[in-house]
Amino acid sequence: MTIIQKLAALVGQQNVFSTPEARYAYSYDATFRRCQPDVVVRPANTEEVSGILRLAWETQTPVVPRGAGTGLSGGSVPVRGGIALDLTRMNRILEINTADLLAVVEPGVVTDDFARAVAEKGFFFPPDPSSSKSSTIGGNLAENAGGSRAFKYGVIRDYTLGLEVVLADGRVIRTGGRTIKNVSGYDLTRLFVGSEGTLGVITQAILRFIPPPEATRTLLTFFPRLDDAARTVSAIIARGITPAALEFMDDQSIRVVEEYLHLGLPLDVEALLLIEVDGPAAVLAQQIAEIAALCREMGSREVQVASTAREAENLWKARKAISPAVARIKPTKISEDATVPRSRIPEMVRRLKEIAAKYDLKIVIFGHAGDGNLHPNIMCDERDADEMRRVEQAVAEIFQAALELGGTLSGEHGIGFLKAPFMPREHGENGLWAMRSIKQALDPRGILNPGKIFPLAQ
Amino acid sequence: MDPLPEELYLRCVHCGMCVRNCPTFQETGLEMDSPRGRVQLLRGLNRGELAAGPGLFRTIWSCLDCRACEAVCPSGVRIGFLVEEARGQFFEGGYRRSKGAFLLNLAMRFLFPYPGRLELAGRLLRFYQRSGLRTAARRLGILRLFPPAVREIERILPEVPAKTARAILTGANQNGREENGTGVKAGNGRTAGLFLGCVMDVLFAEINLATARLLERHGFQVTAPAGQRCCGALHLHNGSREQAKKLARRNIDAFLAAGVDYVVTNAGGCGAALREYPELLAGDPVYADRAREFSRKVIDIAQLLEQTGFLPPRGSFPRQVAYQASCHLKNVMGVADAPKRLLRQVPGLTLLEMPDEARCCGSAGIYNLTHPEMAEALLRRKMADLPPGTEVIATGNPGCLLQLMHGAEKYGPPVQVKHVVEILEEAYAAGERKKVTLT
Ligand SMILES: Cc1cc2nc3c(=O)[nH]c(=O)nc-3n(C[C@H](O)[C@H](O)[C@H](O)COP(=O)(O)OP(=O)(O)OC[C@H]3O[C@@H](n4cnc5c(N)ncnc54)[C@H](O)[C@@H]3O)c2cc1C
Repeated sequence: MTIIQKLAALVGQQNVFSTPEARYAYSYDATFRRCQPDVVVRPANTEEVSGILRLAWETQTPVVPRGAGTGLSGGSVPVRGGIALDLTRMNRILEINTADLLAVVEPGVVTDDFARAVAEKGFFFPPDPSSSKSSTIGGNLAENAGGSRAFKYGVIRDYTLGLEVVLADGRVIRTGGRTIKNVSGYDLTRLFVGSEGTLGVITQAILRFIPPPEATRTLLTFFPRLDDAARTVSAIIARGITPAALEFMDDQSIRVVEEYLHLGLPLDVEALLLIEVDGPAAVLAQQIAEIAALCREMGSREVQVASTAREAENLWKARKAISPAVARIKPTKISEDATVPRSRIPEMVRRLKEIAAKYDLKIVIFGHAGDGNLHPNIMCDERDADEMRRVEQAVAEIFQAALELGGTLSGEHGIGFLKAPFMPREHGENGLWAMRSIKQALDPRGILNPGKIFPLAQ
Repeated sequence: MDPLPEELYLRCVHCGMCVRNCPTFQETGLEMDSPRGRVQLLRGLNRGELAAGPGLFRTIWSCLDCRACEAVCPSGVRIGFLVEEARGQFFEGGYRRSKGAFLLNLAMRFLFPYPGRLELAGRLLRFYQRSGLRTAARRLGILRLFPPAVREIERILPEVPAKTARAILTGANQNGREENGTGVKAGNGRTAGLFLGCVMDVLFAEINLATARLLERHGFQVTAPAGQRCCGALHLHNGSREQAKKLARRNIDAFLAAGVDYVVTNAGGCGAALREYPELLAGDPVYADRAREFSRKVIDIAQLLEQTGFLPPRGSFPRQVAYQASCHLKNVMGVADAPKRLLRQVPGLTLLEMPDEARCCGSAGIYNLTHPEMAEALLRRKMADLPPGTEVIATGNPGCLLQLMHGAEKYGPPVQVKHVVEILEEAYAAGERKKVTLT
């Protein structure tokens, strides 16, 4: 029996695909590189996942877990072929427990569907990657996804109490549990969160949620000088206000959006800040007034405060339009997420602009000012070989700049295989050795998502 | 096969924001059945990385062409156009839809484009339905001799009205015209050219007449240019782009010659096709400009009434109504809430919230005939979604009307299915009856 026949015996013929079309359709995520799997398998439960891994273990076949394929670091691209393990059939919400404020879900549940189910019970699940309409909880966990609320509410790791994981050889383990406090042994939950499918396949998660804020207020403002915007962000935080969103757009992104939507945005400013606070309604009025005053004091040009949900939606328009606006400039988009300490944002933006000029590239910068997570988007054309070479050099310099400023290669998109070559620069040989040792212990045959996180051995 | 223009698919950065909006992806969960998958597979074909074969055809033909993906694509990829373009190439290359395709292709070539033949077919069908032949045929099981697609059509067709709106409105029979007039004379100084459609006019002539009456009530001078033909949408879905172009040119000529201010449609599918004539005829040296001029005039009845000042009926329609959007009306013509806003102004009418009203009901042109399994799955889900208490489903396209009627019959609940303009007209008529009895 071939491996494909054995897989069919495990999960049913109708859930195994090896036609050229299927292999092509599962060769990409939201990055621009692609590699085909040999076969696509769609298991329905933990037992099937375990069976598949046992088979892969015995035959030394690479297994690449896959959620919705919205990843931005090539995480689910099967760079060594093998099995594309599509987990989206495992999409049940098994429990929503409002006494313990936790839920048990399968990995294929779509992020938004889960957040909505929790909201229907009157609660709030804060992790909000902008891809939440499509992305899966499994993918979010494997990348430790963040979003615009991360500064105040944290990332998905902060909402993960426990996991069920199938290990490389098919054994099933449970980590963590149903309590917030838990110091029983190593924190394996946090180890698997953000492990990009290289240590095990997540087949279930226990996630916590919280009561929702009573109200939300939104403010939009423009700064002629970038440094003033940055000082304002620091000042707001120093006052003890923790905004739920602190979104930043640079002059290029403002221009691009204005050309696309004609919202009447000022084109002679260096920065736009979109600030949202949430909490008890009584406190918010005062907080938003305080923020508005601070903005004006620090040199902002114009402050718009929304008084209705409709108005708030209008203020978000510019920020939400970046992706579509940017897509109209050039066909290929490289989204990075190099992240620096908050105070270094102005410096990072300046460096990014220098890099854009040096390599003659169009880079628009936006991101989350509260946590220093910037999204420089390089607009290019994959058909232009010369331009793509310059992009590659620019990307290397962007990473270098982030590291020099005390930041990291990736705030939320993960390393995948696109950023793997830069790992030694951030972690050093010893740091990487520690990580490799963990990988070696849990997956000695290297079948789980090979080629990710770690640079190719010299 | 000619390659597709690269710009069409390079825009897709495969971010995946579309996949969950796609009804076929919702059913199967397979990337090949998603908009992103379709665009990417076409990319593969174009670059010679994939061969044209059954797998690829399956992907491209299984698309509903409902455009729900285009409505959410951040990059503005024209996915529907790309799929139609690819179908055109497959079609030219001899790769056709399989199921029922032979008869459909015949109908599309020799029936739909010709109003005379359509009318004759309608009369024959009416004779079949009313003469007792249908009862006999059904009882004798003769229908089993026909392919499933034909049996399906036979079963879901409503009773054919005696006269098409074309016969009444295009001047062939002015007496009929008077009978159906509202007595209100044109007053707003604008002319509305009514697009009649093929299926709509044979099966639902009353909807066309109601549309004309509505327009007259609002002061428009209504004409229905006699030279108009089928819009070509079904041909486009099917890949027969050359035939669609011929029809497009006829329609453009007919309406531009009539010099109307608006080309009014009451079928989302037709309206969308008419709107997109400029794309279809982009390479036509003579018609490219005319297509743009024509396209600008195309407007849906609900939107036109709303824009020019809707006069709510005085009579009531005391029923609980759920509105199911026609995909093309919403996603291509951009008419999302106007029909609902009109319905809300009808006295007595309660508009219920239809969950996921923009999800395709499975009709999608002739999709329910070519892909019955997928279409039935979508229809079942749609009927299960109906809010409790629904008495009437309102929609805006003949294909949706047929499919939903079929759904109501097969999966219940026993609701009525009506076009939005029928509901409006019934309310006006009710108001007039009341006036008569009062005086
Ligand atoms: C338009 C757009 C906006 C985005 N915005 C954000 C954002 O705001 N914040 C953010 O953090 N990210 C963002 N992303 C990136 C991406 O959506 C996230 O990384 C998301 O978590 C990926 O989820 P997915 O289901 O698509 O996973 P995939 O892309 O399919 O996989 C991602 C990784 O997870 C692994 N994996 C998937 N499921 C499992 C499992 N069950 N067990 C083990 N490993 C698994 C895969 O092997 C792969 O390494 C964005 C992406 C796009 C395209």
